[in-house]
Parts: sequence; C-alpha cells; structure tokens
Amino acid sequence: MVKFNSEYTYADVTPKSYWLNRRKLMMGGAGAVLASTFAGNVWGKAFPSPIASPYSTDQEPHSFEDITTYNNFYEFGTRKGDPANNAHNLTTEPWSVKIDGLCDNPGEYSVHELIEKYPIEERIYRLRCVEAWSMIVPWIGFELGKLIEDSIPSSNANYVAFETLVRPEEMIGQRSGFLDWPYREGLRMDEAMNPLTILSVGLYGDVMPKQNGAPIRLVVPWKYGFKSIKSIVRISFTEEMPPTTWNDQNPGEYGFYSNVNPNVSHPRWSQASERVIGTGLFAKKIPTLMFNGYEEHVAHLYEGMDLAENY
Amino acid sequence: MAYSQQINGWLRKIPAWPLYLLLPIPGIYTFALALLNQLGPDPLYELIRTFGERGLQLIILTLLISPIRRWTGVSLLKYRRAIGLVSFYYICGHMLVWIAIDQGWNVNTIIEEIIKRPFITVGMFGFWTMFPLAVTSNNYSIRKLGALMWNKIHRLVYLAGAAGVIHYLLVVKAWPMEPIVYTVIVAVLLAIRLWWKINKKKKKPA
Repeated sequence: MVKFNSEYTYADVTPKSYWLNRRKLMMGGAGAVLASTFAGNVWGKAFPSPIASPYSTDQEPHSFEDITTYNNFYEFGTRKGDPANNAHNLTTEPWSVKIDGLCDNPGEYSVHELIEKYPIEERIYRLRCVEAWSMIVPWIGFELGKLIEDSIPSSNANYVAFETLVRPEEMIGQRSGFLDWPYREGLRMDEAMNPLTILSVGLYGDVMPKQNGAPIRLVVPWKYGFKSIKSIVRISFTEEMPPTTWNDQNPGEYGFYSNVNPNVSHPRWSQASERVIGTGLFAKKIPTLMFNGYEEHVAHLYEGMDLAENY
Repeated sequence: MAYSQQINGWLRKIPAWPLYLLLPIPGIYTFALALLNQLGPDPLYELIRTFGERGLQLIILTLLISPIRRWTGVSLLKYRRAIGLVSFYYICGHMLVWIAIDQGWNVNTIIEEIIKRPFITVGMFGFWTMFPLAVTSNNYSIRKLGALMWNKIHRLVYLAGAAGVIHYLLVVKAWPMEPIVYTVIVAVLLAIRLWWKINKKKKKPA
C-alpha cells in the first residue's frame, strides 16, 4: 500500500474497498499496481456508488460550482469566496478524529478507517444558513449515530461536542481573533443520534472539497448551517451542554439549538424566507420551512420546549 | 509648499466634470455583471454590498479632502461636489436594489423592516442625511442659502459617514475586517474635525 505522505491529497488514497473492487475489474497484477498508484485520479470519483437514502430530498442539487464557491468557513476568511481561494493550503492527509470524554470506547480513527467501517450513503439535503440563504447539497457520509453507538457513551453523556482543527499556518482566518478558535459545536445526545445527522466525507460522489470542510464534517440539516461544523478533529461526550462558537460570540443572536425556525427572527433580520443561491438576481425568495422541512423526523425531539426561548 | 503649488497648478487644468462619468463606471459594471448572472452564486447580496461599499468609500474620500488641503496644501476642493454626488447615487442604488429586488416593492414589509431592524433604521437615517446635501450641491443653492448656512447643512456628511459605518458593523456577523477598517477611518476623520474645532475655540480669545 502507498505510504501516507502529506503531499498526497485525500483523493489519491481512495478507500481500500473501492480500489479492491477496481482491482477485480482489472484482473491482473500489473493492473493492480497501476490501480493502487493512480486510484483516485484514473478511476474518477472516490465514492462511485454510495447507497441512496430515503432521507434525501428529491429537489435538484445545486451545481458543484455554487456549492464550492459560496462558503462560510471563517477559518479561511470571512467573505464567501475566501474559502475557495484559501483552503487549498489545508493538509488533510493524514487526518484523524479523536473520540473522548464520557464513553467506554474512546479512540482515534483515521478518516479511512471510518469510511471503511460505516456504510457510505448519499444524502441530498437542504442547507439553510442563518444568513437567510439556502442551497441543496448531495453529501456523502455515514450516520453519526453509528459511530456514537460504537463508542459506547456513558449513561451521563448528555451531549456531544465537536472541535475543528486549529492550524493557523494553513488556516489564515485563524490568525485573526474575530472568533475564538477552535471552532466548537455541540448537539444534545438525541439530536446526535437522529438518523438525519451525518458525518460527511464528500459531496457529489467525491472526497470533500477543502472549502466545504475536508476531510470530515458534521451535517445537521434541520439546524442553521453553522451548527454543521467542518474539518473535525475531536468528538467528545459531555454531561453538561458544551460551549459553542457562535453562541459564545453572541448569545443573544445564536442559541445552542439554532433549529431552522421561520417564526423566530434573528434579532437583526427575518428568518421567514430565504434566498436560494444560484438562482439569479431576480429570483423570488422562498418561504423557510419549520426545521428546514425535516419536521416529521425531528419535531418530537423538542416536544414541550418553547422554541422562541430555546432558539 | 512649492510642490503643492505646482500640483495645484496642474489640477487647475483638470476639470471636475469627467468624475460624473468615471466614478459611476465600477457600479454600472457590477450591475451589468449581476444582470448577466456573472456575479457569483448570490448576485443580489453581492450587488447590494458592492453599491453600499462604493458609496461609503466615496463618502470617506469627500471627508479626506479638507485634511489633505490643510496638511499638504494640495486642494482637491473642486472635485468634492462630484465625489459627494456620485456617492449619493451609489447609496440610492444600494437602497433601490434592496427596495425593488430584495423586498419586491412590498411597502408593508419595507416599513416593518425599517422599524424592526436597527441596521436598516440606521441605513435609512444615513440616506436622509445625504438627501439635503445632494439637492443643495449646486451653485444656485450656495447663493440662495449663503455660504454660512450652506456649510452648516453640509456638515451632515459627518452624520452620513458615521451612519454608514454603523450600518455596516450592524449587518455583519462577528468582526470581519472591512467594516472595522472603514469605522476606524471615519472615526479618525471625524476626530480631526473635532480637534480643529477645539483648537479654533482655544485660539479665539487670544
């Protein structure tokens, strides 16, 4: 097997299961050498046949260009085009995710190990940003709940906390202190275990573009986009509600829950409707849906809670 | 001082009127890109932001003209009217795109937004401080009002600059670079005026 080297991108080292399949196709020793050398490049996409999911929307996904040039990823700058311009500096190989805190089976896994271990699905989800715009993204990933089950959380593990990499040499936004790095996010255990919640390792059938949170990120489609933390290096089980970046930055504007809710305005702007990205200057806004349209799957999590209070 | 006199000599040969044609060009260009769908995935936001930012930049430019004259002797005074008026055009464009495209001429929600959203309230206030400046930016008004009154009215530009940067600070999340930079520049330029005023008062009794 190719020795890991930081100069390889993640695309150069496709998961073993995929190149093993290709090797079968090639039917020969020389072909095998070739396949393992050029896997990602010669053979196209890293995830050529993800499992389709009933949770996917049947709406048309946004173009790869829209999804990869319009990003909020403040580690690479605050303008929408900054991540696409600056994220190429990020080294995503090797990469490991540490699982710790209140659980019986902590560990540290490479992204490859996770991809081999869990069934990889395509999840075409709506993404609604707290800034009142939205797009549709065909994510590749696996259910976070499966990783949580395998980590055997303790009975007092009520929350799951996430952390993004801190590496200011490569993440130029981190050289300024406009947010308190590392970026942190958190979910209540039942939110984390919900089948809609995934750890995503790619989009459009290929590895995750760096500006979208390579190599592994959270996707929680019924919450505002900033909850879906990118470039994760640590997942911890905690008893108390963990601190989260935007909530720390401005608790009056960004709550811990941050569920998409057209009835609760951001203090500075309305959340009742959204601009759909990529639809041109004169496109009509569309009404924002409760829980971003995922009400039937998640409304029960918040029964009896005042969502204006717990925004 | 010799150099500044020489520069002023050259400037006498350069009329102000081409600025009315040149300064709007970046805005027209951005608007054309938006119409052609070449302004990225979110053209509406980009268009509104660009118009607002250009307007603010030009307001800052008008505020720079007096300090430049005092400190270097170079006088750009005759260009100030054109810069100020074009800044007003940009702010009109900024507001019109919001009213017409973003809000779709929906008067009820526009009024509601102006009342409910502090950044829009401040922005509207800034626009109305610029309005009297724009309508009196002509020689007729100076004659009619008298230089003293006219100058007084045109101090509203200080409020416009302040409203502009506060509006920008209120619309962004966290503390990105651009609005902070503009705020510092406007704060310094207004502080200079305050400093001049204090010094003038000190000197008077002597």
